[in-house]
Amino acid sequence: MLRGRAKPPIYGLLAEFEAPAGLVAAAERARREGYRCMDAYAPFPVDGLAEALGFRHTRVPLITLVGGSIGGLGGYFMQYWITAINYPVNVGGRPLNSWPAFIPVTFELTVLGAALAAVLGMLALNGLPMPYHPVFHVPRFALASRDRFFLCIEAKDPKFDRQATRHFLKSLGSRDVFEVPH
Amino acid sequence: MGADGPRLPSVAERRRTPVIEAGYTFATVTDKISSIVLTRPTTPGWLVGFLLSFSLVMVLFYAIGYLLLAGVGIWGINIPVGWGFAIVNFVWWIGIGHAGTLISAILLLLNQKWRASINRFAEAMTLFAVACAALFPLLHLGRPWLFYWLFPYPSTMGVWPQFRSPLVWDVFAVATYFTVSLLFWFVGLIPDLATLRDRADTRAKRIFYGILAMGWRGSAMHWYRYETAYLLLAGLAAPLVVSVHTVVSFDFAIAILPGWHSTILPPYFVAGAIYSGFAMVLTLAIPLRTAYGLEDFITMRHLENMAKVMLATGLIVAYSYLMELFMAWYSGNIYEGFTAWNRIVGPYGPIYWALITCNVVLLQALWFKRVRTNVPALFVLALIVNLGMWLERFVIVVTSLHRDFLPSSWGMYSPTRWDWAVLIGSIGLFVALLFLFIRFLPMISIFEMRELVSETEARSGN
Repeated sequence: MLRGRAKPPIYGLLAEFEAPAGLVAAAERARREGYRCMDAYAPFPVDGLAEALGFRHTRVPLITLVGGSIGGLGGYFMQYWITAINYPVNVGGRPLNSWPAFIPVTFELTVLGAALAAVLGMLALNGLPMPYHPVFHVPRFALASRDRFFLCIEAKDPKFDRQATRHFLKSLGSRDVFEVPH
Repeated sequence: MGADGPRLPSVAERRRTPVIEAGYTFATVTDKISSIVLTRPTTPGWLVGFLLSFSLVMVLFYAIGYLLLAGVGIWGINIPVGWGFAIVNFVWWIGIGHAGTLISAILLLLNQKWRASINRFAEAMTLFAVACAALFPLLHLGRPWLFYWLFPYPSTMGVWPQFRSPLVWDVFAVATYFTVSLLFWFVGLIPDLATLRDRADTRAKRIFYGILAMGWRGSAMHWYRYETAYLLLAGLAAPLVVSVHTVVSFDFAIAILPGWHSTILPPYFVAGAIYSGFAMVLTLAIPLRTAYGLEDFITMRHLENMAKVMLATGLIVAYSYLMELFMAWYSGNIYEGFTAWNRIVGPYGPIYWALITCNVVLLQALWFKRVRTNVPALFVLALIVNLGMWLERFVIVVTSLHRDFLPSSWGMYSPTRWDWAVLIGSIGLFVALLFLFIRFLPMISIFEMRELVSETEARSGN
């Protein structure tokens, strides 16, 4: 849809709400209206907000599973390779692959791998660290980490129209609507 | 719920004291907690406390410097008691470090909302306690500068760590625990760092908190992934807490020494760790809430709940003491029997009785609600439990070592001034780090308090 069109003159329109319920309702309305490129900002996780925006799935658990598996299998085979292959020491004929003794380290490395994957995966999917983002241009946005709730409809949305969208956001019961420059 | 019929009061209504006092809004909780870091001036009390603890850090550095120069011979350790204060302190600190992750992870998984106001500084306490703990085995190595030999890396010497040794398991357990606790703490901090960035009054603060917040902007999709990751971390950290002290107990249980070689040690150590950890959280929470006027957030209900956890874990510990004695008798093993008897009436007998008094006898006061809701009494009891748990580790480490199988290899252990210097110095390090933490980072999770306000509002609105 964007083909042949120049970069939109602004990043989008940002509507300010005073309560979490208002933001969820607004996000649902906007989605029903056909808007797709939008995001909501809240000072704490609001129940149902991500769902209202049509966001129902995250790959964080899968990444964590993969990280934990790599940690666990890698941890066990590291010990196996070291004690049974690379540096075998025969202690009274006991088995070289003495697996029960390898469980504690295997367990710890499973947890380590999974925890690192969960955190780094979450940050990577969120695109953090990201020091610059257009919404920070709006001075009122500083309240998004205090007590205000924001809905941003981005200009790249095919349905976006500077005037119509502004009226729409106003009609959702928002306190104010701001233009977000790039 | 049916509309007619007698309506029973809900659990929340039956509790007299709420988890957050009424009348707070998103804005006021944010302002109150962030002002401690951003706008309130440094108080003389903070300065004096920090300087005192920092001078103890200097004592620690001095003691470590002399240790590196002269070797572990400056401590009271010798054969047969080769472990001494270093290992006593290690187990004590790592035990204290268990409550932070336990409060955060297990209480989060159990959906205990009261955790929100204590989890942040309990996690910080965990990190600092584990840092203090990790110091001791390293110093005890004799040549601490070769500590990296403990990690499996392809060295030119062609040798590898012995993976069948609990001491190597310990390296992995403690290193993993520190890393995961740090991740858990930092992930919890990210939204609050963004709050501090947005509310900072100077450019320097904005840059400092801005870099740490990594551009967090509270996007709904970010929160969604964030909550998923946080829950997963909690699920991973909960068994980790149990595993770490289990591995620490293996350091003892896998040796064949009477008094150590016992299957009760892992659960006994884990219960003891949670017990001492909650005692330390109370020790810190009580002065903090008074000094910073946080009684509305860390309410009596928090203190009472922690006292109850302390009582419950203390009873498990008491049961373990009893079972240890019973098994020593029931096993019919003369060495086990002698070790138990020697602990009670031997040369270190008074320490055993002191530990029983601190950890078992005085603790019973917590059965009474009058004591659980009396703040000074709770504080004193928490200090007593901290002391008792340190004595417990002393008894475990020293009494088993000083009398083993052969009377010809018996000996006595007494700490030197350098042993004391390192112990007191490590307490100084712990306290100094906590002072820095409460000055530069929010000691209560702001976004979780906002969540709590939102839920309280929703409930009262119905």
